[in-house]
Amino acid sequence: MADDSAPIVEGDRKFTINFGPQHPAAHGVLRLVLDLDGEIVDRVDPHIGLLHRGTEKLIEYKTFLQALPYFDRLDYVAPMNQEHAYCLAIEKLAGIEVPRRAQFIRVIFSEIGRILSHLLNVTTQAMDVGALTPPLWGFEEREKLMVFYERASGSRMHAAYFRPGGVHQDLPPDLIEDIHKFCDPFLKVLDDIETLVTENRIFKQRNVDIGVVSVPDALAWGFSGVMVRGSGLAWDLRRAEPYEIYSELDFRIPIGKNGDCWDRYLCRIEEMRESVRIILQCIDKLPVGPVLPERSKFAPPRRSEMKTSMEALIHHFKLYTEGFHVPAGEVYACVEAPKGEFGVYLVADGTNRPYRLKIKAPGYAHLQAMDPLCRGHMLADVSAILGSLDIVFGEIDR
Amino acid sequence: MTTASERALMSAELKTHIVTVQKDAVLDAAIAHGELTVTARRGSVPSLMAFLKEDSLCRFETLVDICAVDRPGEAERFEVVYHLLSMRLNQRVRVKVRTDEATPVPSAIDVFPAANWYEREAFDMYGVLFSGHPDLRRILTDYGFEGYPLRKDFPLSGRVEVRYDDTQKRVVYEPVKLVQEYRNFDFLSPWEGMQAVIPGDEKAGGGSGVK
Repeated sequence: MADDSAPIVEGDRKFTINFGPQHPAAHGVLRLVLDLDGEIVDRVDPHIGLLHRGTEKLIEYKTFLQALPYFDRLDYVAPMNQEHAYCLAIEKLAGIEVPRRAQFIRVIFSEIGRILSHLLNVTTQAMDVGALTPPLWGFEEREKLMVFYERASGSRMHAAYFRPGGVHQDLPPDLIEDIHKFCDPFLKVLDDIETLVTENRIFKQRNVDIGVVSVPDALAWGFSGVMVRGSGLAWDLRRAEPYEIYSELDFRIPIGKNGDCWDRYLCRIEEMRESVRIILQCIDKLPVGPVLPERSKFAPPRRSEMKTSMEALIHHFKLYTEGFHVPAGEVYACVEAPKGEFGVYLVADGTNRPYRLKIKAPGYAHLQAMDPLCRGHMLADVSAILGSLDIVFGEIDR
Repeated sequence: MTTASERALMSAELKTHIVTVQKDAVLDAAIAHGELTVTARRGSVPSLMAFLKEDSLCRFETLVDICAVDRPGEAERFEVVYHLLSMRLNQRVRVKVRTDEATPVPSAIDVFPAANWYEREAFDMYGVLFSGHPDLRRILTDYGFEGYPLRKDFPLSGRVEVRYDDTQKRVVYEPVKLVQEYRNFDFLSPWEGMQAVIPGDEKAGGGSGVK
């Protein structure tokens, strides 16, 4: 013992523990190195990258169309929202007009993605603090939504449905009907989940006043999405920089008051209700027409055309081998993904491949703030805070 | 909510404002696809960022992203790109600086705490150095990783591969062995992208290929 320092009392030891990389509350593969003072968290050092697959590098070696499915594998609980940002970036750079029907379909599926993501998050957040039933209820609804994904795209999760210029295929008519039929009963299920969780004593004890984010903090740490709305800033890209047809839709932006974990939970629940409203409006207004630009070099020709037209056949072959060329330049396109601002910074050099593509994942900025958010909290609060950040490692590690 | 034309007007005004006030820091400013890009001097990053954050017409309080772009063959091969957002004024700006492998860029961490991980990522992926960063460790790659994977001269298949060795009872690192060479197809049309001269083509006159 050093003679000039205060005497070390029995039990007055700081120690360092490992949280993860395999931990049910880590929402994937996250390793947190926690310095603890008793049960109080002194410092958090997240070690990320355990799911790093080099998406940005791989995309540089693929044509624009081949790069699209990588976006499903980023935030894999809401795949189409990511594809959306990528398609918007290409459309902005190449100046492609998206047909109106495709815009509506995109909005419907973006909102389905939002519900998918929020359902997973709010229910597993309840699981992180001890409740087991909510995820079971939530996953039942998620399964129904993934069936909609499958019926539109052929795949439950890795859809590759949005394409530069529109969506790959038109929706079958009975699918639109079934999505419509899903909406009202889902609101009822949401009420049921709320009776289970929202006012639950244990849930509130574990979440109210935990992980409080002030507005200056949210700005300083580069937060977006629910992480700023939970703190009371009404910032939503669907309203602030309306893309597709969001400016024609009537929806509200729920905001929190205290910026704690419980407020963020409430925001997500309300956003799901708003998403249902958006879906219903889109179904009502859904126009008829093409879902991909016609006679465009960015979209494949119609099958029937290929049977008779040599040019269409050549176009089809060239589109799926060489791919289309995007004019040189750089753009940043972003969407309001369920987790926040998901952006794509695309640098093109005029060839058929992206020169550089940077994916701005909302979760990256949120996870970075684990250290300031957790300091001074108890060890058990770490999982509650982590749950409310809405972390998915596919997009953080890329 | 702002329309596209209002937005274009805003960024044009913003461009003039930034160029006039920060004329020592700004090398160039341009608007393309409705987005304002400011090219700045490397040394002025912290002061320019502080200005963009504090100025009443800018109010860029959110750092959206920092990333690097590799352009080998140019004098300073890396472009470091900052994306900033003002939630109050609903506007965005992109700031670019150039650097090379050896010259550090002053860190923006004092202005934006969020720069921490973004700068670590740029360092990890490209080897861009940031001076004044308190903790410039690798972030996404493996512990003990060597090389900078997103540089254009780093092979797509990487340099080492890992497997579990049952005799040594641990994970071992070995040089990458591909059963088949990575097939990097050149799909570019010969009349658009191909640089090589096809034998006999020189007779056509006017250099390579027919336009």
